[in-house]
Amino acid sequence: MNLFLETLIGGLLAGTMYSLVAIGFVLIYKASGVFNFAQGSILLFAALTFVTLLEQGLPFAAALAVTILILILGAILIERTVLRPLANRSPMTLFMATLGLSYVVEGAAQGLMGAQVHALDLGIEDVPIFIGDVLISQFDLVAAATAVALALVLALLFNNTRIGISLRAVADDTRAALSIGINLNRIWQIVWAVAGIVGLVAGMLWGARQGIQFSLSLVVLKALPVLIIGGFTSIGGAIVGGLIVGAAENLAETYVGPYIGGGITPWFPYFLAIAFLYIRPAGLFGERTLERV
Amino acid sequence: MTHVSQTLSSSAPLAPLTLPARRPRLALPALLLLAFVAVPLVGNDYWLGAILVPFLILSLAGLGLNLLTGYAGQTSLGSGGFMAVGAFATFGFVVHGGLPLPVAVFLAGLVTAGAGLLFGLPSDRIKGFYLMVSSLAAQFFFEWLFQKFPWFYNYGSSGTIALPRFEIFGLNAGSALGRYYVTLAVVAVLTWIAANLVRSQTGRSFMAIRDMDTAAAVIGIPVYRTKVLAFAVSSFYLGIAGALWAFVYLGSASVQSFGISRSFQVLFIIIIGGMGSISGNFIGAAFISLLPLAIDYTAQYFFAGHVDAGLLQNTQKAIFGVLIIWFLIKEPDGLARLFRNLGERLSNWPLRF
Repeated sequence: MNLFLETLIGGLLAGTMYSLVAIGFVLIYKASGVFNFAQGSILLFAALTFVTLLEQGLPFAAALAVTILILILGAILIERTVLRPLANRSPMTLFMATLGLSYVVEGAAQGLMGAQVHALDLGIEDVPIFIGDVLISQFDLVAAATAVALALVLALLFNNTRIGISLRAVADDTRAALSIGINLNRIWQIVWAVAGIVGLVAGMLWGARQGIQFSLSLVVLKALPVLIIGGFTSIGGAIVGGLIVGAAENLAETYVGPYIGGGITPWFPYFLAIAFLYIRPAGLFGERTLERV
Repeated sequence: MTHVSQTLSSSAPLAPLTLPARRPRLALPALLLLAFVAVPLVGNDYWLGAILVPFLILSLAGLGLNLLTGYAGQTSLGSGGFMAVGAFATFGFVVHGGLPLPVAVFLAGLVTAGAGLLFGLPSDRIKGFYLMVSSLAAQFFFEWLFQKFPWFYNYGSSGTIALPRFEIFGLNAGSALGRYYVTLAVVAVLTWIAANLVRSQTGRSFMAIRDMDTAAAVIGIPVYRTKVLAFAVSSFYLGIAGALWAFVYLGSASVQSFGISRSFQVLFIIIIGGMGSISGNFIGAAFISLLPLAIDYTAQYFFAGHVDAGLLQNTQKAIFGVLIIWFLIKEPDGLARLFRNLGERLSNWPLRF
């Protein structure tokens, strides 16, 4: 029973790390309908910039501020050079543009800052602690708390600020939002910047755990099943999806894995996602679209 | 009313609705003559074996994905996985079944088609980006499968599969020229079949589903069956391409040869070349094969030896990304459309009106 609980809780906590990555996707998809494959490379770029600045001797807060500034500038640049010329194109075209973008961002990140592994110490001790008689990783607890805090902040931002309400208006009906004078280009810039900052947070946590290196951009592949289980349009869905994927993946690896050779975590979440989608084709919390002929 | 007209016009067809003007068909025979006679005469071993063979195989893989994505509208990121199925199934048929290679490759294509059919089954309920992400299941599952169970690579120590070089019709396929001819023959036949397929009723159904599957269902196209068929046909092509990649081009391969970056490469081929175009696959594959060479060459020429390999690789990556975005902005229908426009302009030159 203890093993089951430990596996379950460990999985749930690890799942929140996936949620962090997925939230960045959801933000951009909600506001601009772009399936942003570059989220992983933006995450890598953000984390790499941050750690490089730290290594140059900047204090923590200054490095954070400069990184955020760079991310905001990057968002403006992306909006001007990629999104604006491609406005009103099909979602598939935009997705493919983000594939290209991920190449540019990865190339730039590694070309400018090198491909070696950087260690990042956030001052969180990675020692397991006992709660009751269940062993839990302290680091995972912090990560989970961060994910929840981030989701809350974003929810507040969406519901209670002028920018947030404009964002929701754009997500709801772009044309109507335009006609009441919402500056669409500005909204896109803000959303990409916020997604970049979410990516930075996720990148810092993932980076502290596994070192900041190229493979960081591959966490995107971990976040995709989370995203389709939760639905592309729901931040809450990203959190719930992360929990489901984390828990199911950990349980499956522990209880089913040994019978079929183990190492099933790369594909298991995808099969789980297909099973979920088969019942709810737009994810658990995604919006269903009506098709008209 | 306005709304209806919007939805109709917003789904712009990717293939031309009007038939192109009839012209004497000289281009195709000329191209075949060039490929079968002229190229082998002038090409050296390096060009034939290391550039043209992979180019042709990638074109074939692009063709496979294009049938599914460009014609039937179902985006897949599992191409690499299906290529792996083709390669490993070929190996299995030769090593465990003792079949001759050409038979094994054909059967492997059928096995891959079956695998594609299975992974196409969810496509009746799952659509668009959700389906695309689901297709990654195939990629990761097959990567795992062929790595985890030593039976698939005949209990070798490193997980690689290799077959002895073969001879077909007296051609020594060990030489670059032999490999080129084998690849070219396979690719030419399969391209001919695909070009006819997309003009058939099946191909028209593919395109109807791509443009709007609800509308296709309304006019009586069996949508689900056609989608699954598209997955199977596409996978057949990818399976053959995978087998050629492993045994004709590389000689020995492992799962790493068919990773997710291969899936993206094949996707890029059809984006750059042109979705819903047969010739686009060849143009896209040529672009993908030649661009790294061109960048290398330029770098060598201008800063010979001063640039380190890592930086060069990253620059190459960034340039590649920029070009993709640029293409999507300038010519969303790919290089094939660009060439066609150029051709039409030339055919009217100098009197345009």
